[in-house]
Amino acid sequence: MPGEVTLPFFILSVLTIVGAAVALTLRNLVHCVLALMLAFVGLAGLYLQLDAQFVGFAQILVYVGAVAILIVFAILLTRGTESTSQSIFSSSWIASGAVSVAVFGVLAWTIRSSVAARRAVSPQPDVSVKQIGDALMSRFALPLEVIGLLLTAALVGAVTIALQEKQGVK
Amino acid sequence: MTPLANYLLVSALLFSIGLAGALTRRNAVLVLVGIELMLNAANLNFIAFWRYGPTPEALTGIIFAIFAIGVAAAEAAVGLALIISIYRHYKTTNLDQIDSLRG
Repeated sequence: MPGEVTLPFFILSVLTIVGAAVALTLRNLVHCVLALMLAFVGLAGLYLQLDAQFVGFAQILVYVGAVAILIVFAILLTRGTESTSQSIFSSSWIASGAVSVAVFGVLAWTIRSSVAARRAVSPQPDVSVKQIGDALMSRFALPLEVIGLLLTAALVGAVTIALQEKQGVK
Repeated sequence: MTPLANYLLVSALLFSIGLAGALTRRNAVLVLVGIELMLNAANLNFIAFWRYGPTPEALTGIIFAIFAIGVAAAEAAVGLALIISIYRHYKTTNLDQIDSLRG
């Protein structure tokens, strides 16, 4: 990696990457979600390193608090914990892995040769939660309404989809 | 402070891990986890470019990341509901066995 790497950044990025990699290679699905939580906490720490406190705490609340628990519920409802003897990877894993490695190669090569990546950092911005709230209520009021509508529709849609086969012939 | 390129490299690595997981895992729940990781990598890019941008006072990067977190939460809820619905129908979440549209 170019330039100097601070110790907190190194620890947090290793936590994130190892958590994500472990989450997608373990056989026990509940252990996968625990590793995924570790990756989300590491990401929240990276946001705090970048002076985005509000997003960091929103990340912990939404992902570690809500999304991870939702995934655990889905795993338990689909009886995913029972171990099967077959491989955890699909039959086309060689091609898929090659595609992923190629994507990372292209991205890393682009980042290394990019001018934007060598940009100097500006002085620490003074961003308070009050400013974010003001921006959400004035300049970004319409997107906020739209996201409220989206969340309502997703809530109703998720309940409808999950209830669907109750009236079926089973 | 750590240069921007390092954050971008971490984000690219996270995206690739998420992509590999979404493409290779057999279980539908883990495919959704891979997609969540890719969305998180994009969020890290938003925050990093906001912090290293010329006008961090404009708040656009932060606001976009907040909205992306909201959309990702909605996506996770609907995706998991779909997986539960598919499990009720096929009695499996193995994607290699879910290969027919007619049921």
